[in-house]
Amino acid sequence: MSDVSHIDVAAEAQPAPRPTERRALAEFWYYFSENRGAVIGLIVFCLLIVVAVAAPLLAPYDPVIQDRDALLTPPFWQEGGSASYLLGTDAVGRDMLSRLIYGARFSLFIGLFVVTIAVAGGVSIGLVAGYVGGIVDTIIMRLMDVILAFPSLLLALVLVAILGPGLLNAMIAIAIVLQPHFVRLTRASVMNELGRDYVTSARVAGASPFYLMTRTILPNCLGPVIVQATLSFSNAILDAAALGFLGMGAQPPTPEWGTMLAEAREFILSAWWVVTFPGLAILITVLAINLMGDGLRDALDPKLKRS
Amino acid sequence: MIWFLLRRIGLLIPTFLGITIVAFGFVRVLPGDPVLLMAGERGLSEERYAQLMTEFGYDRPIWRQYLSYLGDLLSGDFGNSIVTKRPVLTEFFTLFPATVELAVCAMVIAVAVGIPAGVFAASRRGTIADQAIMGTALVGYSMPIFWWGLLLIIVFSGTLGWTPVSGRISLLYYFPQGTGFMLIDSLVSGQDGAFRSAVQHLILPSIVLATIPLAVIARQTRSAMLEVLGEDYVRTARAKGLSPRRVIGVHALRNAMIPVITVIGLSVGTLLGGAILTETIFSWPGIGKWMVDSIFRRDYPAVQGGLLLVAAVVMVVNLLVDMTYGLINPRIRRR
Repeated sequence: MSDVSHIDVAAEAQPAPRPTERRALAEFWYYFSENRGAVIGLIVFCLLIVVAVAAPLLAPYDPVIQDRDALLTPPFWQEGGSASYLLGTDAVGRDMLSRLIYGARFSLFIGLFVVTIAVAGGVSIGLVAGYVGGIVDTIIMRLMDVILAFPSLLLALVLVAILGPGLLNAMIAIAIVLQPHFVRLTRASVMNELGRDYVTSARVAGASPFYLMTRTILPNCLGPVIVQATLSFSNAILDAAALGFLGMGAQPPTPEWGTMLAEAREFILSAWWVVTFPGLAILITVLAINLMGDGLRDALDPKLKRS
Repeated sequence: MIWFLLRRIGLLIPTFLGITIVAFGFVRVLPGDPVLLMAGERGLSEERYAQLMTEFGYDRPIWRQYLSYLGDLLSGDFGNSIVTKRPVLTEFFTLFPATVELAVCAMVIAVAVGIPAGVFAASRRGTIADQAIMGTALVGYSMPIFWWGLLLIIVFSGTLGWTPVSGRISLLYYFPQGTGFMLIDSLVSGQDGAFRSAVQHLILPSIVLATIPLAVIARQTRSAMLEVLGEDYVRTARAKGLSPRRVIGVHALRNAMIPVITVIGLSVGTLLGGAILTETIFSWPGIGKWMVDSIFRRDYPAVQGGLLLVAAVVMVVNLLVDMTYGLINPRIRRR
């Protein structure tokens, strides 16, 4: 859903009459819906949002309540499984299905939180770097080079070690690591747009630098940023799960999927379901978002559109 | 070419200085006194504390500390691990071959499968084969590799019993570490079955680590090929009556390689990041596992040195990739 609202903002920011706006949206939807995978991704993503929002209604149990009589119960279709725990229970008797349902909340929230910070920070810094240029630009870009020189997961891991393990710190660390991509992208498109006639005429008409940056140039740079934002959304979910898996992200008993996998590690050879389902949930979520990302790129990248 | 190289190296210097500042700052911004942190829960007498403060130079102004840190680095002194008391540089280079071996095998798998898959998909654009390959690639690209590793262990180690769960070689074999690369050392040792054991240990981690680069390379190869296949020189080659295999394999592929090499180069950072997860899952005694262990053991000099060395490795590899472009594409060299 977040992508759709992004488009709305982009369209509204353009000083254009409504019919054009509607046509742009229609054109966008035309190209997006051409891509069958993207539509499937969008549907799955919407379902995930519903699951996350309605988790208390959908989940049969409280995700942290333990049933001491049902430790490591297999899923219902397997011998020893029971219909009261459809996907089985984990090592301390918590219902897998309920934990997975609540886990959707964490993953989507992580993605949203990280992307919001990374986009807000990255786009503002990139705008300034591209618009101001000169020494400011050089300093900013060298700083970004430094962040990009480290493997992102390693840097996030070390940042969390500094900030202290936990979901919030993990999200901040991932946002810091992802944000240089937005800086680079925004800067490049700003520099590309800066010489165009419409920017010059806005400047001649007396627009302030702030107005020029945010109202004139920015809306025309948003295409690639939106595509990168979807990619970062899935990366954020993967990285947060990885940090959780390494014990540096969300802490037990939080039903975060990566943390669930970390707790399940010792049972990989005895209880396949405690390992399989959380990972499958991560994969499906990330896959749905990446499918949408491909569709967005087809719809927003003018170069591909022409071919 | 030499100017191109010098200019590239010149550009790296500010980045490298930035990396040293990050690594240096890492220990300073940790909450708490660094000396007390290193002492752990046992605590210290006041005398010993003062002695250590002077020994580590924490009583000097911060910029002096940084300069002497930089001086130490340039003379090859990366500090000593708190846990093992050995120099960090020695620790790093003892474990580094294990990670290189894993990363090289992963990259070989990724390139050997990814490029043909991408070429094949491009040459059959829009068919079911194309969709199947690209669908698989997207799944691979979306894969949480730590989970993928666990799944492979369940199937190949648990159910089928084909591969061991962890380590680099079976404990049955012992031979001196000559090169540090288990595949080579086991071959040289001449022991029966040692090489086989090394391969069995290596195969699953390599596949896991290769998954994401493989998917990225396949996708990039396909899109680069599609772009090139529409070019005039490809049409000319076809019109000349060259076989489709020659047109695709020689004329098109060679020109499509530049973006693919870019992606391969960028994958090196991904590989080192992925090595953290892969090595942790398979207990592979390399840099990734060492970094994670050091973080958990609060062995800050090791984390600090490791962070710096990993970033330096990534930078050097990126430089090598840049040079490869210069060799392949003279247009870049001149710019």
